[in-house]
Amino acid sequence: MLKQKATLTRRQLLSGSASIGTAFVIGIGYVAGSSAAWAMEVTHLKPQTMATLIQMARDIYPHDHVADEFYAAAVKGYDTEEQADMIETGIAGLDAAAQGKGFANYAETGWERHRVDILRNMENSPFFQTIRSGLVTGLYNQKAVWPLFGYEGESYSQGGYIDRGFDDINWI
Amino acid sequence: MAAPFELSDDSVVVIIGTGAGGGVLANELAQKGVSVVALEAGGRYLPEDYINDEWESFGQLAWLDARTTSGDWRVANDFSSLPTWIVKAVGGTTTHWAGASLRFQDHEWKAKTNYGDVQGANLLDWPIDPREMDDYYTKAEDKLGVTRTGGREGLPGCNNYKVFEAGAKAIGYKNVSTGRMAINSAEGDGRPACQQTGFCFQGCKWGAKWSSAYTDIPRGEATGNLEVRSQAHVLRIEHDDSGKVTGVVYADADGNQQLQKARIVCVAGNSIESPRLLLNSASSMYPDGLANSSGQVGRNYMRHMTGSVYAVFDKPVKMWRGTTMAGIIQDESRHDPSRGFVGGYELETLALGLPFMAAFLDPGGWGREFTTALDSYENMAGMWIVGEDMPQETNRITLNHDVKDQYGLPAPNVHFDDHPNDIAMRNHAYKQGMAVYEAVGATRVFPTPPYPSTHNLGTNRMSENPRDGVVNGYGQTHDIANLFVSDGSQFTTGGAENPTLTIVALAIRQADHIAAEMNRGNL
Ligand SMILES: Cc1cc2nc3c(=O)[nH]c(=O)nc-3n(C[C@H](O)[C@H](O)[C@H](O)COP(=O)(O)OP(=O)(O)OC[C@H]3O[C@@H](n4cnc5c(N)ncnc54)[C@H](O)[C@@H]3O)c2cc1C
Ligand code: SF4
Repeated sequence: MLKQKATLTRRQLLSGSASIGTAFVIGIGYVAGSSAAWAMEVTHLKPQTMATLIQMARDIYPHDHVADEFYAAAVKGYDTEEQADMIETGIAGLDAAAQGKGFANYAETGWERHRVDILRNMENSPFFQTIRSGLVTGLYNQKAVWPLFGYEGESYSQGGYIDRGFDDINWI
Repeated sequence: MAAPFELSDDSVVVIIGTGAGGGVLANELAQKGVSVVALEAGGRYLPEDYINDEWESFGQLAWLDARTTSGDWRVANDFSSLPTWIVKAVGGTTTHWAGASLRFQDHEWKAKTNYGDVQGANLLDWPIDPREMDDYYTKAEDKLGVTRTGGREGLPGCNNYKVFEAGAKAIGYKNVSTGRMAINSAEGDGRPACQQTGFCFQGCKWGAKWSSAYTDIPRGEATGNLEVRSQAHVLRIEHDDSGKVTGVVYADADGNQQLQKARIVCVAGNSIESPRLLLNSASSMYPDGLANSSGQVGRNYMRHMTGSVYAVFDKPVKMWRGTTMAGIIQDESRHDPSRGFVGGYELETLALGLPFMAAFLDPGGWGREFTTALDSYENMAGMWIVGEDMPQETNRITLNHDVKDQYGLPAPNVHFDDHPNDIAMRNHAYKQGMAVYEAVGATRVFPTPPYPSTHNLGTNRMSENPRDGVVNGYGQTHDIANLFVSDGSQFTTGGAENPTLTIVALAIRQADHIAAEMNRGNL
């Protein structure tokens, strides 16, 4: 589960942790947002790997109004014994590509375009395709994400839109 | 309750599949007093079971058995194991369908005559006189409660429709309306009026949209002449030494094989499974599969020329509110070769929820070009293109012996290449669709590629001459008198129209024919 605010204070989070890029902090067994808005336990992946994977998810489907915790939720399922090797190898590849361009690692390139260049170069790889296609449902099928796009989901329980604006457009 | 019909009862008509074709045929025969056993691979779901959530509903209802793809269509790349979007449930794909219910235009029944020789196309005229269909279309419209026919009102226009209509008028289109829909605009047939909930593709929880699942099937069962067995997946059709079919072998809910005897067998498993079943039923007498002396079983697969156009505006549309397919432009449906292609197409509004939009707007797309489109989801309007595609012998369903389904049978491979006529028509339609939205201020437009096929047609086609097709004008196979095809695979050509009204009209007609032939002792 993603833990919400209250569970960790920013102070607790930062004590004994390292930051990766500006968005994430990692400690033993967890990744968290730098704002301490969310934290996620990781069991099978290295915390740094998970943080990088979350960054990769955002770089594939960047929505500036969607917070990191939704991207974290979208890739959390990879933190399993069966998938750990595949993810560690894939993320190591991203870091190696970043290092080849003179960056410390993938998550710390600064501009998004540097990371996108790296991803473009590997977009036909099975690793990229697995992550990308998994995100199509992993990210966009989260009910909590829908309101951020205005999407209202099911309406049957409220009697449909017959009396709730199915034809309320006023500018056409 | 004991089954009304014994497995050994060889007086029954066995229908395979309970969708638009099979579900209607089953009821029509039952109403005439004919004993029917309908075998349906899927389970039984009613409006209270439908889930108004795109992926969950898909998981509940879609046909997800092993399938493979080949050919130059983008679906083979983007959705290689999901060539089609078809339902596995009692009621078949009529649970998912949007309800657009259009008659063929007269010239479309005679495509070969009217379009001439189109290179690479295997065109043929239907062995049916369009005038013969008039009454059957009326019966089908009354059965489905189609709006704007039989004195029924049209549906009101939702937001997505209003944008579409304004754009259509702005570029001079005349024939735009909320269309003919098998959705109640007023209470009728024991079903309520549309509540504009916007989940027509997931099964209408109100029952406002017609589906055989909660109309024809229970009505047929109420006669006592129809037994529907759900989770009964037919594996092969058997025949005797004289070549007549005698029964079908199916796997029941527990995976046990059963043999149901039959007087007549009607295949209505949709255009992938129906030819596959005939091919999988090959025997020493019929080494190429049942009813395949022409070699046409599985060939001439059509899926309609499709595509979509989505557009983003500077203000909200909220297209997901209201009927999924809420309107139609028919100005381009005529045959007018001056546009650079034969046949025509319809433009119909379409709305997808956010989850499906993410999957289908630009399959495989990523990065900001893609995500900025979704950022404007609330301001999006959309339409679907549906036009006549060319039958091609090489577009076909074959058995893929390298991939097996859960019963160990070869999976179907769906091969499709676009015909140049399909491409020319699609490009024309993209241009027109984008113009519609640009005329009312779209800030960005998206010519979106075809989805997995929802209209699957032609793989057991009708022909006058047994050499050219699989069935005659009544859907009776040329080779085996007591074997019929009763679904969209009978289509000789596809027309520009959504196919279901025609499938239903043909099923009503076929029921008349089968009952009459039984009475005459011919079957
Ligand atoms: C999202 C969507 C929207 C659509 N909108 C429209 C529309 O607006 N207008 C329109 O005209 N059409 C529409 N269609 C198409 C329409 O649903 C189909 O054309 C129609 O349902 C096809 O009828 P059918 O009888 O050929 O097959 P189906 O309705 O698919 O029925 C086939 C049935 O056979 C069963 N079956 C298959 N193989 C076996 C087997 N071996 N043993 C037992 N059972 C088997 C299947 O489980 C299924 O229930 C839409 C389709 C989709 C997916
Ligand atoms: S919009 Fe109308 S037809 Fe469609 S699901 Fe809702 S009530 Fe049914």
